[in-house]
Amino acid sequence: MEFFERFAVPHPSPAIYASMVAIGLTVIAIIAGLTYFKKWGYLWREWLTTVDHKRIGIMYMLSALLMLFRGGVDAIMMRAQLATPDSKLLDAQHYNEVFSTHGVVMIMFMAMPFIFAFMNYVVPLQIGARDVAFPRLNAISFWLFFMGAMLFNISFVVGGSPDAGWTSYFPLAGNDFSTSVGTNYYMIAIQISGIGSLMTGINMITTIMKMRAPGMTLMKMPMFTWSTLVANLIIVTVFPVITVALAMGTMDRLFGTHFFTTTNGGMDMLWANLFWVWGHPEVYILILPAFGIYSEIISTFSGRNLYGYKSMVASMVVISALSCVVWAHHFFTMGQGALSNSFFSITTMAIAVPTGVKIFNWLFTLWKGKIRFTVPMLYSLGFIPLFTIGGVTGVMLAMSAADYQYHNTMFLVAHFHNTIIPGVVYAMLAGLTYYWPKMFGFMLNERIGKWTFWLMSIGFVLAFFPMYITGLDGQARRMYTYSEATGFGPLNMLSFVGAGIMAIAFALIVYNVYYSVRYASRNIGSDPWDARTLEWATHTPVPEYNFAVEPQVHSSQPFWDAKKNKHVLFPNEIEKIHMPNNSGLPFIMCSIFFVWGFSFVFAIWPLLIIATLGIFACMAYRSFENDHGRYISAEEIHETEDKLRGAN
Amino acid sequence: MHVDHTQPLEYSSGQGRLNIYGFWVFLGAEIMLFATLFTVFFVLENRTGSGPNGAEIFEIAPVLAETFILLTSSFVIGLGIHAMRIGNKKAMMTFFAITLVLGLAFLGLEIDEFVTYIHEGATLQTSAFTAALMTTLGTHGAHVTFGLFWGISIIMQVKKRGLTPETANKSFIFSLYWHFLDVVWIFIFSFIYLKGMM
Repeated sequence: MEFFERFAVPHPSPAIYASMVAIGLTVIAIIAGLTYFKKWGYLWREWLTTVDHKRIGIMYMLSALLMLFRGGVDAIMMRAQLATPDSKLLDAQHYNEVFSTHGVVMIMFMAMPFIFAFMNYVVPLQIGARDVAFPRLNAISFWLFFMGAMLFNISFVVGGSPDAGWTSYFPLAGNDFSTSVGTNYYMIAIQISGIGSLMTGINMITTIMKMRAPGMTLMKMPMFTWSTLVANLIIVTVFPVITVALAMGTMDRLFGTHFFTTTNGGMDMLWANLFWVWGHPEVYILILPAFGIYSEIISTFSGRNLYGYKSMVASMVVISALSCVVWAHHFFTMGQGALSNSFFSITTMAIAVPTGVKIFNWLFTLWKGKIRFTVPMLYSLGFIPLFTIGGVTGVMLAMSAADYQYHNTMFLVAHFHNTIIPGVVYAMLAGLTYYWPKMFGFMLNERIGKWTFWLMSIGFVLAFFPMYITGLDGQARRMYTYSEATGFGPLNMLSFVGAGIMAIAFALIVYNVYYSVRYASRNIGSDPWDARTLEWATHTPVPEYNFAVEPQVHSSQPFWDAKKNKHVLFPNEIEKIHMPNNSGLPFIMCSIFFVWGFSFVFAIWPLLIIATLGIFACMAYRSFENDHGRYISAEEIHETEDKLRGAN
Repeated sequence: MHVDHTQPLEYSSGQGRLNIYGFWVFLGAEIMLFATLFTVFFVLENRTGSGPNGAEIFEIAPVLAETFILLTSSFVIGLGIHAMRIGNKKAMMTFFAITLVLGLAFLGLEIDEFVTYIHEGATLQTSAFTAALMTTLGTHGAHVTFGLFWGISIIMQVKKRGLTPETANKSFIFSLYWHFLDVVWIFIFSFIYLKGMM
């Protein structure tokens, strides 16, 4: 029995027992459903073993939506707790766990997979490639992310959630102050999915640098592809830093080393530095692809070329470079001295310049355009003013002297949500609506979509703008309650109402999917938005080989030129196409990774050794395997093409 | 698979070229990994707590031996790739095998070095300095260990399948990895050992 006691939740509550039951019932329902509808084979053949970038992209997206709701429930719990003074809904420990998992889930397991979803689905199509450079590695990346996310998500019912914040600062995250296995989950789960992200970085860089269609020079790449390239360069640069930091944190917790402790020479601030050397570029990894999506959408729905293409590219490159030299602005108050605070203050403010260039470029793209107010465009138009407000408050925070007033207050919370929600989340919802017809062959309902946008924006403003005021008045972040005398009550209630409206908006997205699955027209053609880039030049649904004939490119919007200026996109004859084979190995190997992570969290060493050997066995199998892929014959392609042309 | 005969064997297939490019990007990530480890080491170097410092535990003789062995192995694998380029399968396999034997010797010396440290009271748990030292050396050593198994599997594949675009590609990538470990070691030798002994 003693063995099993470690898996008990140290701090149970009715909510946790309810989630255990809910998780159990969901698993049973999924298994029963798959068995009843005889879908196990389908699931294995078409999804679990797939190496197709489009299917992997869709799986990333579904996982991200799932995690969005998990993180959203955390958010609602926090706002409910803070809605009234001296609330007893959650106690301090639960509140700690909720804000810690909210942050990790939203950044690592919602935003990251969401941008990977679009990178995977869109980039190979945009550059006219058949797949990514390493399709098998791509599947491994996805399953590593997925298993990392699952490992992190079982923490609250098995052994306890992390409770040291999403930044997990030491010594708080050390054994003395975080006694449950929660922080082990944090270290190991992020490590596993981080390795997946690094592999995606390598894969995407190679794909974009080496597999573009003939004629597509670097300066003719669509803006989303450019943003993906820059974001992945940042990934490859900074993810190894978090790998090392997490490994050292794990060793401190499990092996008794002294990297970040306060005894025997350990240095707790080292963690804070390493974390943010990764953590700050990480937010640009998220926002740059979001900028890319906005660029595509604003250009399409203004009916104009993107204004200032070269300055867009240059500003992204500048942002990526600056993003690596601003990390200390996260702890101006921790005593590193005036000189270094000034340096990081100036670099941080400097980021506003290239970002401002981008904002003006989008505005000039809109100027004199024939604007169509579709749902993706509404999100993009909402993004410009809201994100600018978030950016301006960021410059306020960047002034290190003034930062002593708002450091670790709700002002900061308002600021980063004000950049991440209109910046990243709006881009993901815009991209979701924009690429949905390409992915699934029908459009999402525009009327419900517009309701969603307005509810989301009103809810957002109500939820987060009051925090600027309470923050300036001194309401600290991460405090589970406050007294009535502070006077924070009414504004926090307003935030709760806003959060509730946002929750309704997210529920409407689900309803919209349901509604559109049932009622939307399937007869939409391959180019429903009258778009400009290559991903719209192939059929809907996209055949597995993407393009029957390799496209020839002459500009940054080849499809528009083909439609309006009679450029010939596909001059060649259909030839046989080489495609990679499906493989179950990525899924199996990453499942073993899950076991590996689980045994690491609970320090079950024999199981850890077995799992490690299992992972190496999978790698050895891959090394010795003779798999040269397969060819799709020209006749087969002709057949598919005829059928798809008939469908449209 | 389309094969371009004007290129060296390892570059001759399209996928092969992608693999080599992707591996260079991976090595970029590895540079960042070791750069982070070095940074941590430099930050924690003098934070020895109640434990020994570098000058007290480092010995020049085994470290010098390790350095020469690893540098030689890097030279030998270069000969192996040259043999591969001129199509001499047997010479190539021999050179690869010598490389791995040298790698094993290096690893043996390093393990012996770790055992000595532990006997002298410098364990992983002693201080921030020992933790950073052993993690940096250990990460390099783990890479060498992984390389031994990887190298063996490549020799086996070349033996079984001969020098094809695929096996040549794998061998070439392995040689890049091995050279990289050598470069990292030069930094370890200069900035951890020599600097620590001064």
